[in-house]
Formats: sequence, C-alpha cells, structure tokens
Amino acid sequence: MTAAALGLLALACVAGAWRFTTARWAYRAPRTAILLWQALGVTWGLASTGALLSYALQPYDRGIVGGLAAFAYSAASGGYGPPGAYDMPHVLALIAGLSLLAVLVGVLVTAGFQTLRARRRHREMLALIARDDPGVPGVRVLDHPGAAAYCVPGLRSQVVISAGTLKLLSPDELAALLAHETAHVRERHDLVLLPFAALRRALPWSQIVRDAQDAVGLLIEMAADDRARRFCSPRRLATALLRFGTAGAIPTPTGTMGATGPAATVMLRVERLVTPRPALPRAVTAAALSLSAALITSTPLLWLLPH
Amino acid sequence: MEGVKGLGELERSIMDILWAHNTPMTAREVGRHIADRDLAPTTVMTVLDRLTRKGFLARTRDGRAWRYQPAASRDAYVAELMLEALDLTGDRSAALTRFAQAVSGPEAEILRKALTELEDE
Repeated sequence: MTAAALGLLALACVAGAWRFTTARWAYRAPRTAILLWQALGVTWGLASTGALLSYALQPYDRGIVGGLAAFAYSAASGGYGPPGAYDMPHVLALIAGLSLLAVLVGVLVTAGFQTLRARRRHREMLALIARDDPGVPGVRVLDHPGAAAYCVPGLRSQVVISAGTLKLLSPDELAALLAHETAHVRERHDLVLLPFAALRRALPWSQIVRDAQDAVGLLIEMAADDRARRFCSPRRLATALLRFGTAGAIPTPTGTMGATGPAATVMLRVERLVTPRPALPRAVTAAALSLSAALITSTPLLWLLPH
Repeated sequence: MEGVKGLGELERSIMDILWAHNTPMTAREVGRHIADRDLAPTTVMTVLDRLTRKGFLARTRDGRAWRYQPAASRDAYVAELMLEALDLTGDRSAALTRFAQAVSGPEAEILRKALTELEDE
C-alpha cells in the first residue's frame, strides 16, 4: 500500500517536473516556483527510494523506518527475519532501494565537497591576482579585457568583475549589476542550485534533470533581478544584461540555441524587467505553496508510517 | 611597497616579486625585494612554503637552499579565473553564480537589436 503510494508519488513528481519546465507562470513568481522545484526534487528522491524500500521491507510489516531497523537488527543478530523477507523480488528491491539512496546522498555530499574545493581554489587565486578598485568599493576586480561578473558564494561571499566589465557598462548599469550580484549573495542562490547541479552530474543522460537544472538556474537569476530592481533602475539592469550578452568576451561554444539557450534566457529576463507582468493571483501562489508544503511533508510521513 | 599587512598580503607581494623576475629565486633573494626590511627570514620561508603547498610555486634544490618560481604565469591564472567565471570549463558546477552569459553569432544579433531598441526609446 505504502509502496504503491510512494511509487505513484515518484511518478507524479517526474510528470510534474516535466510539465513544470515549460510553465510560464513560474517567471511571474520565481521564488514560489523555486520552492516548488525544491519540493519536487526532495519528494522525488524520498518517494522513489521509499517505494523500493517499502516493498522490500513489507515482510517485516513495520513500515520503512521501522522495517529498516528490524532488518538491521535481524541481520546483526544473525537471524533470518520473517518468512519471505529474503525471496528474490524483496532482496532485489532492497538492494536497489539502498543503492539509489546511497547514490543520491553520495552525489549530494560529493558535489558539496567539490564545490567547496573549487571555491577555495578560486578564492586563493583571487587573493593573489584580483585588485580593489576605488570606483567599486568592496568588489574584486580582475584585470582581463573580457566581460565577466560573478559571485563566489560562501560565508564571506565575494563579488568579482573584470576590468572589461568596468569599461563596458555605464555607472548606472554597473550599479544594477552589483545589485543583482548582491541579491545572489544575500539569498544564497548557490545553495538552491547545488542539489540540481549534483543530480545532473549523477544522471547526465536525463533530459528532465537537465531541464530542471536549467529552469532553476533561470529562476534564481529572475529572483535576483527582482530583488535588484528594488535598488536600481530595471531598465539599466536590462541594458546591462544585453550589453553583457553581446560583449563576446571569449568565443563561446556554439550550438546552444533554443528555449534555454543563453540568448533566449537573457531575452526572457530583459522582457520581464522592461515590461513586468502583474504578480500572480494570490490564489495561484497559495495553491503552489500548499502543494509544495504537502509534497514536502508527504514522503517523510509515508516513510514513518508503520504499515 | 609600503608596510606589508598580514600573510595574505605577503603572499601577494611575494608572488608579484617572483612573477616580475621570471627566474627561480631563493628565500633570501625574495626577502631582499620586500619593502618591509624588518621581516624575519623565516616568515618569508613560511610564506614560500605555503604558496608551494597551495600549488602556486614550484621549487628546486640549489645546494642547501630551495629556489622558487611561479607554477604558472599571472596571465594563465587570470585566464583560468575567466574560464570559470564564464562557465566555459564544461563541468557546469554550482561553484559560482554568474550575471549573464555572453553569446556569439546570430544569437548576439538578437540581443544587439534589443539593446538598440531599448536605448532609442
């Protein structure tokens, strides 16, 4: 019963994610959409592993968490568990469930460490190379003619821009860009993106995972744009984006045209900045938020359910 | 160069000296180029050692002393940072958050047109 419910939930998450990658309403409420993406991700992980484990542990009749404990106890005490616990389908499901769980957790932890290491290395290089500029206090400047602006997130986040960016943008546009980067820093968008990037590395062939990461990547940019526009002119932010996109800093790899290609995403962001659409009706936001809450609570409850 | 502050600042100065000289130097030679004359020789050695462990310096034996030189040129490091900044390393990590991606060819044309329109209004 629980196994079937979890299996359906996992499938529903995949179907939902598939529909959601093309949902335009998300651009009108990026924060709500990000939350829903996170709920879908967590629920999918717990539901797919839970479905396998729930089936595997059925003979113990104690649910997933209780069943795992009972399984561990019987394995440790050299017992054989209840009859049927070790027939082929149940053993296979147990192996598959535990492996999937291990892979998901392992991928997340590895990605976390790799990210920390990459950032530390990046920071060390910046400390040796980047300079301060009186024109942009608190921002590290990298002496390169190309256009680049980014943030190295962390406990002490750093905003970095290239000398080329300083030349390229007007003072108003520069202020807009910095407001955007500060928004990334303040809202720790890197932490939002991390699990999706990790999942993509674990399942590189999965189109839906790729689309999900692209969608979340675009949504955090939009969320940062929304925060930035409170402190700067949205129009200047839009021109900064366009100027940046056309700067052609370093020849970019070709062949990324399409809905999520770089030009298309820049245009989507520019359109929202220049002609903002009305906020989502409160009912829609409320529905999305309740759906997220329901999803996030459903799987842990099903894991704990005793039967 | 005025008073050297902190280890980070010292690391930076020492890298600058080694990049400027383009020849393997001993700790003593490096120390001679640092403006802060009161600096203890062991401090210079400590910093050289730290930079070597971080992979920024390579060292070779020269008699009883070590000679240090940068593992890569300054420009190479700038280029490496720019590649990461523009997400061109190909690993699509979430290590950095970027403002926008630069595009080229027909894609750039779309953006250029939009920019002209926005500026004309």
